[in-house]
Amino acid sequence: MKWIGVALVAGSLLLPPLFAGDFYINLASQILIAAIFALSLNLLVGFGGMTSLGHASYLGVGAYISALLTSRYGFGHGAAALLSIVGTTAMAAFFGVIALRASGLGFLMITLALSQVLWGLAYRMSNVTNGDNGIAGLTRPAPFGISLDSPISFYWFALIVATFALVMMATFVSSAFGSSLKGVRDQPRRMAALGFNPWLIRWITFVYAGFWGGVAGLLYVYYHKYMHPTSLSTTSSAEALLGVIAGGSGTLGGPAVGAALVVLLKNYVSAYLERWNMLLGLVFLFIVLVTPTGIVPGVSRLTTRLRGGER
Amino acid sequence: MTMSRRQFVGSVAGAGITSLAAPHFLSAQPSEPIRIGLLAAKTGPLASGGIDMDLALTMFLRERENTLAGRKVELIVADTAGVPATARTKAQELVEKNNVHCIIGPLAAFEALAIADYLTEKEMPTLGVAAAEDMTQRHPSPWFVRLTSTSAQCAYPLADYAAKELKYKRIVTIADDFAYGHEMCAGFQRSFEDSGGKIIQKIFTPLATPDYGSYVAQVKTGDAIFLGTAGSNGFRFLRQFIEYGLKDKMAVIGGMTALDESVLRNMGDEALGILTTSWYSAELDNPLNKAFAPAFRKQFKYDPGYYAGSTYVSGEVLEVALKSIKANVEDKKALMAAIRGSNADTVRGVIKFDGSGNAIGNVYIRKVTKSDGRLVNSVIKTYPDVTQFWTYDKAAFLKNPVYSRDYPPAQNLEQ
Repeated sequence: MKWIGVALVAGSLLLPPLFAGDFYINLASQILIAAIFALSLNLLVGFGGMTSLGHASYLGVGAYISALLTSRYGFGHGAAALLSIVGTTAMAAFFGVIALRASGLGFLMITLALSQVLWGLAYRMSNVTNGDNGIAGLTRPAPFGISLDSPISFYWFALIVATFALVMMATFVSSAFGSSLKGVRDQPRRMAALGFNPWLIRWITFVYAGFWGGVAGLLYVYYHKYMHPTSLSTTSSAEALLGVIAGGSGTLGGPAVGAALVVLLKNYVSAYLERWNMLLGLVFLFIVLVTPTGIVPGVSRLTTRLRGGER
Repeated sequence: MTMSRRQFVGSVAGAGITSLAAPHFLSAQPSEPIRIGLLAAKTGPLASGGIDMDLALTMFLRERENTLAGRKVELIVADTAGVPATARTKAQELVEKNNVHCIIGPLAAFEALAIADYLTEKEMPTLGVAAAEDMTQRHPSPWFVRLTSTSAQCAYPLADYAAKELKYKRIVTIADDFAYGHEMCAGFQRSFEDSGGKIIQKIFTPLATPDYGSYVAQVKTGDAIFLGTAGSNGFRFLRQFIEYGLKDKMAVIGGMTALDESVLRNMGDEALGILTTSWYSAELDNPLNKAFAPAFRKQFKYDPGYYAGSTYVSGEVLEVALKSIKANVEDKKALMAAIRGSNADTVRGVIKFDGSGNAIGNVYIRKVTKSDGRLVNSVIKTYPDVTQFWTYDKAAFLKNPVYSRDYPPAQNLEQ
């Protein structure tokens, strides 16, 4: 049974480029980028019990560093990508120290405040970020001489990165460290009594999540070839968080499904429906009422129940 | 799939007219319709402008029974939500999924800049509305024309008018802190100071400023204050400016969006007498506008302004171009050449395009007056055929950096 599911997922990821038009391939690439981003946030929200409302900081800063280095300072894409990942991770390390002084609502507010600071900077430091005009004229890299300019080649690139990201994050949470992270989420005092250092475990997770946020940011800026402060806004963070919660936080597939839902509602359904943001709200309301734990856990519970009924 | 599509052709109102004339179309239409994409922000903070763009273009097509140059037209409206990344996805949707033949819009400079490269790469004829200077100056695209004005294009004549006819010597400028505001104030400053005036203070406020009190308190006393604001900011600033009793001490003049018709309809008599500048006014006295503005007002209960005017003019220019190429939109190069050579007579007057695709047309100095119990921008002076370079030499103009917060430097600020 499990293999059928895997085959279905693999098929739906590998088949689109063969028949779909450019628009749908681009939509699929955007879903992959949003999925990496949501998965990285899920490390904090789902596995670490740390609800962050500022995760767009890592996506935005990763994207901005790459955009600035390549467009303004003449860096190659390789060096710019490396510096942008290192820079974003370093920032996550620093922000982690500040944000992890609190937990729960305090943590949420600190992450929100930090991301607002960055958003404000991106808007106001117009001599660096070009403010509200954004940075235009960016290019996509050509790894191993393969141009990513066509929608299909970019899709394959995004798919490879997304698969790698999923494997890496799955390994992370299923490792011994991942177990201690879940332990810290559920029973921080007991974990401390057992000799673990909850703060350090949380901090490492925070940095790791920031790292993958930066990777998503790189893909984001490669895809759009344009950078604007809205990418750092609370809306951007909140959309990812909605995706995580709707899909099912604390599961591996959930955030990807949730991210796909948000991207589709925002970019596809909006063509047919003027009040698409109202629909977005209604869909989330529906999800929260029907399957409070998210789509993926809800559906798997449903299938087990159905199979139980068949017996 | 196309059934549920928000297409103009499918709309109920359009269907009635179309069905009446259907036999005629069937015989005259050998090919599929011309598909026009409109990028407009219909949700989010820029929504009021975006909705006006949609209404005016829809009205334009309805007046022509969805037919331009003898060929049926299908309008596909995409909502950019005022977000650059969404604008890009929507542009891709129009180009790749809907296979449009040309695009009108979008409204905000950052949306236009986010999709400029893409549209050039796809060789998509675009009739732009956004004002960012460099799109028709240092980085023009062969596939882009602008039918409205650059940020500063309408500010030059007002500066000239303020210096020469109103004899103002010292002016304070205030504008939103983004490129549109920077560029407009820079152009105003350049023209005003070249005419012997002095800009004594430049204030830039964040786009979303909940309270202008602290900024109003900073304003130095000069002959006038120039408002370079967009959206409802001009209205909100002005209300506080008047509450502080400053309107009796200095005059107020404004750029092309400061007291737009869409802002004016929310204001009271305190706006009377304020001078603004624009390439359009609902009060313009030409036969085309005498038909358009009252019809728009009759249908939607308010005057058309910058945004409604922009897409209506786009429609007019497009119609002239389509007629000259016999509606053969499949030849994109010919379409673009026809648009650039259209010299169309529009509701804003005749417009031509310069070599970089920017409109050369009349700019009007307007005064807020009262007519039929509502506030209107009545035209008091026309500057004919204003170009984006004003009176300056084009080559020298383009050698300078693009206008910004700090360029040209303000020499006469008072501490």
